Amino acid sequence: MFRFVLRRVALIVPTFFGVTLLAFALIHLIPGDPVENLSGERGMDPARRARLLHEFGLDRSLPMQYADYIGHVLRGDLGTSLTTHEPVLQEFLTLFPATVELAFFALLLAVVVGLPAGMLAAQMRNTFADYAVMGASLAGYSMPVFWWALLLILTFSVQLGWTPVSGRIAVAYDVPFVTGFMLVDTLRAGDFAAFRSALSHLVLPAIVLGTIPLAVIARMTRSSMLEVLREDYIRVARAKGLSRLAVTLVHALRNALIPVVTVIGLQVGLLLSGAILTETIFSWPGVGNWLIHGVQSRDYPVVQGGILLVATIVISVNLLVDLLYGVINPRIRHA
Amino acid sequence: MPDVAADLVLPPQLAPSRWREFRASYAQNRGAMVGVALIALLVFCAVFADVISPHPPNQQYRDFTLAPPAWAAEGTTRFLLGTDPVGRDMLSRLIHGTRLSLAIGLVSVAISLSLGVVLGLVAGYFRGLTETVIMRVMDVMLALPSLLLAIAVVAILGPGLVNAMYAIAIVLLPHYVRLTRAAVISEAGRDYVTASRIAGAGRLRLMFDTILPNCAAPLIVQATLGFSNAILDAAALGFLGLGAQPPTPEWGSMLSSALEFIQRAPWVVTYPGLAILVTVLAFNLMGDGLRDALDPKLRR
Repeated sequence: MFRFVLRRVALIVPTFFGVTLLAFALIHLIPGDPVENLSGERGMDPARRARLLHEFGLDRSLPMQYADYIGHVLRGDLGTSLTTHEPVLQEFLTLFPATVELAFFALLLAVVVGLPAGMLAAQMRNTFADYAVMGASLAGYSMPVFWWALLLILTFSVQLGWTPVSGRIAVAYDVPFVTGFMLVDTLRAGDFAAFRSALSHLVLPAIVLGTIPLAVIARMTRSSMLEVLREDYIRVARAKGLSRLAVTLVHALRNALIPVVTVIGLQVGLLLSGAILTETIFSWPGVGNWLIHGVQSRDYPVVQGGILLVATIVISVNLLVDLLYGVINPRIRHA
Repeated sequence: MPDVAADLVLPPQLAPSRWREFRASYAQNRGAMVGVALIALLVFCAVFADVISPHPPNQQYRDFTLAPPAWAAEGTTRFLLGTDPVGRDMLSRLIHGTRLSLAIGLVSVAISLSLGVVLGLVAGYFRGLTETVIMRVMDVMLALPSLLLAIAVVAILGPGLVNAMYAIAIVLLPHYVRLTRAAVISEAGRDYVTASRIAGAGRLRLMFDTILPNCAAPLIVQATLGFSNAILDAAALGFLGLGAQPPTPEWGSMLSSALEFIQRAPWVVTYPGLAILVTVLAFNLMGDGLRDALDPKLRR
């Protein structure tokens, strides 16, 4: 097991290295240099330009600059935002809990609805229920996220007035930042009205972000269930006289879950992709929204640092899923 | 006594060829047939956009801004699906948008498929250092969420429809490389490849002529599904203002440019989104059908 863990961890080192190279290259591939982008349209006198280039270390050779960059990254220094003048890592860490909170509830919804839906579809194969679940999940899978968000806002926020249109909590509440998770912080403060407000702000974005993972999980559960239900041990369990429910829940589900767990782990990248759109539409103060603002305002340190951090998270989660998978399934360990 | 076995041999014209078998299996899948029908309709709209759209897509009818669809109380049959905030006919813009969406899908899938097949073939055939380098680069690309990678590429190249296509092609690339490599590795050890090599076939011939056709099935499925990903991502980039720029009638950018009118005129947002959904759905239906028909293991 230890060797398996070591091997997997060693495998991600070159990937991480590649990501830093990509983030580093980003700044140099953009037309014009960062100093030029700083100076705006008025231009800059050559002496000042040369001084700034030297200050940013941009007058040195590329390998030197890259080594310098890696040194900074390893010390947790990802540069300063050009718009807010805050350290990029600091900004990311402040906003990240909002994205995690949103993604967590999106994934929770996807699993809580997707798993039973997929199981139901598999049990009632080729019936109306099966077609309904599969049709809905295909539609969910094909859904343009931003449009889906607008439809839900139009229906539930504008016409029915059930949920707020955007933001994370009503302006009236002032919740002290402790964990950064709004639901936790409001509960810690004992402010239940604020908690309700935060919850009502969370509902629509979580549904929007959870839709595609839900569809994927439902489809995967169904096909994995169908495969398992064909196995001999299921027939044996039925022959023993066990109820259908017991066979499904005890014998089939456990084995059917293995590929589903992998798929759930793989949703993390998808969730972060979806978060970019969802957060933009709902003005959710998270990492996705921040990144888009960074791109739109040409705040390159933010884009560079954000890409590096998001990729690191995806790589780490994938590694975690890999390791977990090795725990569940010993065959993988020795492959 | 007649020879039973001889009776059972079908005349050659009735023997199920691979193509016929595939067609029969595909046609059984109702969803897949719906997908093909929808795609045929979309292709028709794209090809004959100039002929069938009632108005030029960028013509502004200033007296008819935000006219509702024809069936609404104040609607007019002149603009069947209503008009946008500057008085352009929604239906005509949607029809012309089909052309853009299909073009985006076609160009980005074509670029990433051809590049991905070559890289995958090289990685799977030569193995060793070449393979390691190619696959590690692909791992890096896969570590980034697809939309973020596309945004990063657009940040480098600058916003615009063509750059969005390149960005999406890059995002799709790792999937084709991985698929081709895996298929090549499993095929390269087979006897027919060895036979071909002994017969004197060169490297290029072995790679492209002997091995590649036998790896085609998963690639065809992935390419179809790639279409739907490309269309979705292009619409998302357009929506974020990083893809097609106004006044191009691209569905995503149509949607975002009319966002402020969503309450007063929901149709300016509803129809472009519906068009995206239907198109993506059609390609996903077709992709699923192709997978079921091409992969005997999954056949019902």
